[in-house]
Amino acid sequence: MLYIKCPYCGLRAQKEFSYGGDATVKRPNINEEVSSEDWDNFVYMRKSPRGKHIELWQHIAGCRQWIKVQRDTATHEIFQTAKVTEEIR
Amino acid sequence: MSQPFRLNKVGLINRNKKISFTFNGKKLFGYEGDTIASALIANGIHLVGRSFKYHRPRGFFGAGVEEPNAKLQVEFNGHSEPNVNATEMELVEGLSATSQNCWPSVNFDIGAINNFLKMFFPAGFYYKTFMWPKSFWYKIYEPFIRKAAGLGVASIEKDKERYEHKFEYCDLLVTGSGPSGLASAYAAAKNGAKVILAEDKPRFGGTLLTDDVSIDNLSGKDWAEKIITELKSMPNVTVKNRSQVFGYYDHNMLVMFERVGDHLEKKSKFTPRQRLWYIRAKETILSTGSIERPIVFGNNDTPGIFLSAAAKEYMKVYGVLVGKKPLIFTNNDSAYETALGFKKNNVEPIILDTREEHSSELIDEAKSKGIDIRFSHGVIVANGYKKVKSAKIGKLNKDKNSFEKIETVDCDCICVSGFWTPSVHLASQSGNKLKYEEKIDAFIPDKKKQHETSVGAANGSFTLEESLKHAFENGSNLSAKITETKTEISIPNVNEKKYGAHDKFWCMPLPKNENPKRFVDFQNDVSVSDIEIALREGYRSIEHVKRYTTLGMATDQGRTSNLNGLQLVSNIENKIVPEVGHTTFRPPFTPITIGTIVGREVGMEYMPTRKTPMHEWHEKNNAVFVDAGAWKRPRYYKQGNETLFEASKREAKNVRENVGICDVTTLGKIDIKGPDAAEFLNRVYTNAWMKLPVGKARYGLMLREDGIVMDDGTTTRISENHYHMTTTTAQAANVLSHLEYYLQIVWPELNVNVVSTTEQWAGAAIAGPKSRDMLSKLYPDLDVSNEALPFMGYKEAEFFGVPSRIFRISFSGELAYEINVKSDHGLFMWEKMMEVGKEFGNQPYGTEALSTLRIEMGHVAGPELDGRTIPSDVSLNGLVSKKKDFIGKNSLGREAFNVESRQKIVGLIPIDRKSSIPEGSHIVQDQNAKLPNPKLGHVSSSCWSVENNNPFSLAIMKDGKNMIGKKFFAVSPLKNKSIEVEVISSHYVDPEGKRVRS
Ligand SMILES: [Zn+2]
Repeated sequence: MLYIKCPYCGLRAQKEFSYGGDATVKRPNINEEVSSEDWDNFVYMRKSPRGKHIELWQHIAGCRQWIKVQRDTATHEIFQTAKVTEEIR
Repeated sequence: MSQPFRLNKVGLINRNKKISFTFNGKKLFGYEGDTIASALIANGIHLVGRSFKYHRPRGFFGAGVEEPNAKLQVEFNGHSEPNVNATEMELVEGLSATSQNCWPSVNFDIGAINNFLKMFFPAGFYYKTFMWPKSFWYKIYEPFIRKAAGLGVASIEKDKERYEHKFEYCDLLVTGSGPSGLASAYAAAKNGAKVILAEDKPRFGGTLLTDDVSIDNLSGKDWAEKIITELKSMPNVTVKNRSQVFGYYDHNMLVMFERVGDHLEKKSKFTPRQRLWYIRAKETILSTGSIERPIVFGNNDTPGIFLSAAAKEYMKVYGVLVGKKPLIFTNNDSAYETALGFKKNNVEPIILDTREEHSSELIDEAKSKGIDIRFSHGVIVANGYKKVKSAKIGKLNKDKNSFEKIETVDCDCICVSGFWTPSVHLASQSGNKLKYEEKIDAFIPDKKKQHETSVGAANGSFTLEESLKHAFENGSNLSAKITETKTEISIPNVNEKKYGAHDKFWCMPLPKNENPKRFVDFQNDVSVSDIEIALREGYRSIEHVKRYTTLGMATDQGRTSNLNGLQLVSNIENKIVPEVGHTTFRPPFTPITIGTIVGREVGMEYMPTRKTPMHEWHEKNNAVFVDAGAWKRPRYYKQGNETLFEASKREAKNVRENVGICDVTTLGKIDIKGPDAAEFLNRVYTNAWMKLPVGKARYGLMLREDGIVMDDGTTTRISENHYHMTTTTAQAANVLSHLEYYLQIVWPELNVNVVSTTEQWAGAAIAGPKSRDMLSKLYPDLDVSNEALPFMGYKEAEFFGVPSRIFRISFSGELAYEINVKSDHGLFMWEKMMEVGKEFGNQPYGTEALSTLRIEMGHVAGPELDGRTIPSDVSLNGLVSKKKDFIGKNSLGREAFNVESRQKIVGLIPIDRKSSIPEGSHIVQDQNAKLPNPKLGHVSSSCWSVENNNPFSLAIMKDGKNMIGKKFFAVSPLKNKSIEVEVISSHYVDPEGKRVRS
């Protein structure tokens, strides 16, 4: 079970969090034209890297904040966690 | 009754307390401190079970977790458990154990015919035999395998025992209380670290209890006792016996299985039987020791053949002799201690040593005591079926591949030692890639992946002096990093025997024309020839050989067989062991009970029960409840002998004719505040929200980004910057996370806050043509006319002195209102409504009637919003704004969502107007068509229309809008029904929606 450092609450067990996918995906701006290709990429296309991955988790049974976690998908090593407003690396 | 193999005054058992038990129906006794195994051996019983594949007689082989054979069905405390390790289970009064995998009895087992047909059970037998024809699988192969597979019998009774989970955090977790574990724990404890020391056995000390050593002039056992006593007195140390750390997971999370009550004759009501510990350790010391491996020889599975260290443990810990005419068969010095132990107890052993004649401290001692030692010798084959009677032994030639002399000697037990294998399971589970250590012919931990440090024998260090030094240093250094305190400890003086080098010898050759089974893996009946066959058939990867032969795949995880198997493969392949590699170690290290994994989360404790403030009233009024997530909701209120069907029909009819009230507290409620709240809702919902006035509610539809409907509900503008959102009961949590996601990540510039208020409000719907009359009685001072409180209107008013919110919204399609009060007033509100509503014929109605009402109105709910439908599929495209952007809008233009024949919601009625259509039925053109019958749609919701007094269903159907008026069949293979149906509009009652506005 992962041990995730919530930037607001500190180290907490994985079961307090829920996973939210790739954190680097950016939603196209609202009220702006978007090509079908860009939209499809946003909705469906995700990389599935082996290694470092920046992802979203929500501290659902805690402060309810969405946070960024940089994790190795193969070893589960967590290199860094941050608030969503902060940059990783 | 005497115990013929029990020694006097030797051992650590409590001879003042006799314990009686039964084995295969026979009454026996042992002592407190015995295991089932030690008590049976003391009584001279060795035959305990039959082997898995060939049903060969099997006895005890080890004295702890390494035991491959002695798995028993054990009954105690009123429950029956299979596959209990007899070498680990402590004896308790009244326990009853029986042999497994034998019928009719362990002494006469019909399955043993497999042993004589063994040429038909080679490696890969199952794969080769049960391949085809396919039709044989269900009727012949599967029942055969099921009958033959498995050992014990799982109980079908409810487990009445209590199991617990515990979460713990520590600086240092030490797994194993042998000399290295004690030293590490002690050093860390002295540095002020929070330490947990876990020992699998009931007694602390590990090999210190059986080895002939001294530390600081104390015997090993006394030193262990001294350290444990001191550790127990320290407030920063938790010491646990009967506790097996069995899994090493990510981020230094370890799991431990504690046998809390299994050894207790009587335990208090709240004492759990077993406890699962989740331990998050900053550092872990793996002091798991090593397990002796055997040397492979013919019929080496005969009862009476033991690991030599197990024989020593039975002698020194339990005061039990495994035999009185022992053969000691070894390739190293450690078995000499077992031989000396026998000698000390006046039993004459013969030592067969595969090494050429040489000298060492132990060999010299054995010689000086006059023990018969035969160098360059080994056991070729054991004789005896249910117990060893004699052994054919041979003098090996120089190359050790044939014999110079063969003879037969009488014996009643064989104690075998093929050197030591470090227990690297936990290290491997932690991610440590192991390395092969040529010096000891075994794998040891290599570079660490997590915060784990192996010490002592687990790290391949087999001398006490070196182990203690290394363990003290590591315990001290690892803890000092955490506590920033370093207490100097002097490393104690050690007195131990020096061992000579072991012989790299692991399998006895066979004389010409002899072919007894030589087992590598006892528990899965894998012999040398099976591995040879696998390699001959082309299996190369050790992982494939393992699966094909099932080597090391049994519950003992190949603790005594893995390395011998690897050596065998390496020899045949002419490779060295590290090239062959090892198979993966996986948790659990030892089998643990399902009860422990489940813990307290059984029955009503499986998850929390959410009850509305009116729950008590519902209970008192014969409500039959249904689970809605964690919520309990009244399904119907039973009157007299009513069935569900009758009651829900009555309740729904009463709503259509008079008025009913329904507890809607469980609906998700989210409070939304902030100057940008309107803009936010406008983006979240598909319809327009910018112009909703204060004091008005609106029905809204939200999508996922892929265009699929996520949820629906009404949201009310309470004041300028304050909204009250409702969600379906099921989606409440998801919707909140969804809103938080957009506010925190996508549009942080919006000044909006959301919070769940589901539990803060109690809600009741009042529905039916007489609901306004009833409302006017509930609010005598309020103008509730259609003009003052129109459809989708909202008012705040006092409800008999209690602040309340009134929403004119409707799920039933009738004129209806929803009243919310603070949860604490929920029951008061409900009771008042029941009282005031009497004169209008008010009745409570449950979810079944609620469904009937919404279905016949064509209102969609969970079964239609099933994660596969877009707004137009469920006729909600009127709510999709063309003018503004919203979540998921871009996806609605996708080609597949806009094809002419796109699925759509329709209504169905049976042609006979009588047959109810099962939910989930498939709609097909031809009920007799060949399978797979093309599916045109499915029935999502069904009810008995109270308005029209016949069945009615909603269905999602391909090209639904062009199907109205056509006839099909709704077929349910599950219910074995096929009903002819006609497609009609999904709005069966009041299609113009006049009633809600009346
Ligand atoms: Zn948090």
